[in-house]
Amino acid sequence: MTATTPVRSAAGWASTVRLDPRYLPVLGTFVVLALMLAIGGTRYDNFLTPIVYSNLFINNAHLIALAVGMTFVILTGGIDLSVGSVLALSTVIIASLLEAGWPVAVVLPVAVLAGSVIGLAHGVMIQVFGVQPFVATLAGMFFARGLCFVIAPESIPISDPAFTALAGWDSWMGYFRTTTAVVIALVLVAIGFVVLHYTRFGRTVYAIGGGEQSAMLMGLAVARTKVGAYVVSGTCAALGGMLFAMGNRSGYALNGVAMELDAIAAVVIGGTLLTGGTGFVLGSLLGVLTLGTIQTVIQFEGNLSSWWTKIVIGVLLLVFVVLQRALSLRKT
Amino acid sequence: MTTQPVVELTGITVEFPPVTALAGVDFRLYPGEIHALMGENGAGKSTLIKALTGVYQTSSGTIAVDGTERRFTGPGDARAHGISTVYQEVNLCGNLTVAENIMLGAAEPRMLGGLHWPRMRRLAAQHLERMGLDIDPGSSLDSHSLAVQQLVAICRATVSDCKVLILDEPTSSLDADEVESLFAVMRRLRDSGVAILFVSHFLDQIYEVSDRMTVLRNGGLVGEWATAELAAGDLVKHMIGKSAQVLESVERGHDAARPGDGEPRLQAIGLGRKGSIQPYDLEVYPGEVVGLAGLLGSGRTELARLLTGADRSDSGTTLVEGTARKLHNPRAAMAHGIAYTSEDRKGEGIVDGLTVRENIVLAMQAERGWVRPLPRRQVDEIVAGYIDQLGIRPADPEALVRNLSGGNQQKVLLARWLATAPKLLVLDEPTRGIDVGAKAEIQKLVAELAAEGMSVVFISAELEEVLRLSHRIAVLRDRKVVATVGSEGTTTDHIVDLIARGDITEGDAA
Repeated sequence: MTATTPVRSAAGWASTVRLDPRYLPVLGTFVVLALMLAIGGTRYDNFLTPIVYSNLFINNAHLIALAVGMTFVILTGGIDLSVGSVLALSTVIIASLLEAGWPVAVVLPVAVLAGSVIGLAHGVMIQVFGVQPFVATLAGMFFARGLCFVIAPESIPISDPAFTALAGWDSWMGYFRTTTAVVIALVLVAIGFVVLHYTRFGRTVYAIGGGEQSAMLMGLAVARTKVGAYVVSGTCAALGGMLFAMGNRSGYALNGVAMELDAIAAVVIGGTLLTGGTGFVLGSLLGVLTLGTIQTVIQFEGNLSSWWTKIVIGVLLLVFVVLQRALSLRKT
Repeated sequence: MTTQPVVELTGITVEFPPVTALAGVDFRLYPGEIHALMGENGAGKSTLIKALTGVYQTSSGTIAVDGTERRFTGPGDARAHGISTVYQEVNLCGNLTVAENIMLGAAEPRMLGGLHWPRMRRLAAQHLERMGLDIDPGSSLDSHSLAVQQLVAICRATVSDCKVLILDEPTSSLDADEVESLFAVMRRLRDSGVAILFVSHFLDQIYEVSDRMTVLRNGGLVGEWATAELAAGDLVKHMIGKSAQVLESVERGHDAARPGDGEPRLQAIGLGRKGSIQPYDLEVYPGEVVGLAGLLGSGRTELARLLTGADRSDSGTTLVEGTARKLHNPRAAMAHGIAYTSEDRKGEGIVDGLTVRENIVLAMQAERGWVRPLPRRQVDEIVAGYIDQLGIRPADPEALVRNLSGGNQQKVLLARWLATAPKLLVLDEPTRGIDVGAKAEIQKLVAELAAEGMSVVFISAELEEVLRLSHRIAVLRDRKVVATVGSEGTTTDHIVDLIARGDITEGDAA
């Protein structure tokens, strides 16, 4: 009496052969990036050169770090507006502590830890006190920025020999140049990828974005994971500050103003839905590179105002959001 | 059955002062049986399940699992002791893969502190195969139908050692084939020794799949029967009960226009909506009260919502006084003099933060449009008139509706629609959850309105009430109008028979 016909679903085994719709937005970003590089390559002589590619990474290493952390938070359906300020705070802490003569091996962990603590505070506010992520991290944004000015209102140059040596290290792979900052940023992307896809914490991040109530009923550690996502974001932001300080050799309270918006734009252009649950950290990397390429193209154009970067980013953001909306509508 | 029950509840009482939701209920569940828990809305089915799984605290009584007394702290704790619950809505994450939805949380295989994807997929595939499901564990859950998702939820529930499976209305959004595959899985689990507690509003399904049933009514135990030994008609009687309410008798306006006189005020021809209610015909004449009878989930509300444009129909036409009209939304229906009061008084009816006055003039003002506000003096007159006519207490136009009793809230709602002078009033459960006095007043009002020529469609879970008020009664069962009978000479027993058997004995309407 138990002999029954097996239930077959419309999307059975066959779906693995076809392209998974989940990858479509990332693929879209990749196509746009490739297209922009191709256009740049045909318009300008020195565009498709290893130097340009290398600089794309070198100039945006800090933004890559921010985007990795932001991806975690946005995947849970939240937002972190404080990352620009936390980046600035991190540069200020590093610069002022080094100026006071602390060793690099202590300064860098302290700066990164400061970011983690701010992230933890956000997570607790959001999870325990039920504050909207927007409001909680907005408060954190003002707090961190204010703290920067309390510590040091002026720009502090960094002359510590150990730090400059670390920041100045580079390596040539053929004609491609990498710096410490780029290596750290790419390692962060790799860690982010592994954590999101191969740990229970990472899968719970996705589950929360897919449905917090459901995740809770499935018995997953929702509270811990949500707080954890903000800690990751705060930590990544502080690391971003470290990479920024490596590039600029200074700490300044006005670093990274509105950079949280660049990070959010990169994540969204990279195919992550602001509602949470869908997206990839590799997409966010592509998003950062896309933003960087826009900037490079406009620099190559020469006579265009750099504000055109913002306009192109705005248009691109709009196109991607509409594209995602269309994709998700077609699916349901 | 001589074996020991896997779950035994004795004298369970759950109180939410001042309400007693469950009063001294006994319940036994044996291994290897499908046990149906039956009862109308508010009978205490959900409360019983929640008391068992530790969501609600019991104020007296004992819960024994495998003969050991237990008190669970919540669904997670209950699950750890082998009692899993699958709810009506699929509580899984659609953006994750099927494998993750089955394994993640407790049972996923790990390697070096991370997830072992290939083994996770393989294990999930084994669990799916055990359930007779042939789907790719690596596909995302969203890409599957609701039925498959429901089965995946059950699969998840059975991954860890599962002795008791609670299925709370799992079939309400499934079609016939999908229900069949769900039943196949249920039988397979039962034969492997799992005890299944099954809640459904569909009588056919209960009779098809269950072995025994327990009937609850108003928080009390009515009895426990083997399914084969209880006829459907008796089951319905047990569920509905004979409410011995002493109500002042309400005279039907028998001398009002009868069906067949003149043109129907509203006529639905083949009106239906897929997954909601099968196409039906219904006409309502001026001065007539048409009652809708049927169990919860039989499509009473769905029928009313289609009739009034609250939901869009996907087949059929609506004629208003002989002319075909498209009623796409309640506003369009209002324009043709059709008003609808929802059964969800709090959610879709009154605005509880506004005053009695504001609530009453709401629909009238909406009809006029916001650019032409009603003069305050006129508003006061209208409101005072209805407070007086319907006996709304407290008789204060400025009282917040939130602070009124259920019956008075219902009267405010009625006043709101009466103020728009509708030609057809559709009342969905207007007397539910209100005291006897207010109930009688509302019934009387309905009779009076009909006598004055208004058409009324009246929905109630109480058959006696429907029978007393209505000229004609449409009987629904399993989302289908199975019969239309004239109320003259019809008894509640006759209607209970129709609900239980669904015989198409087309009643003489005239």
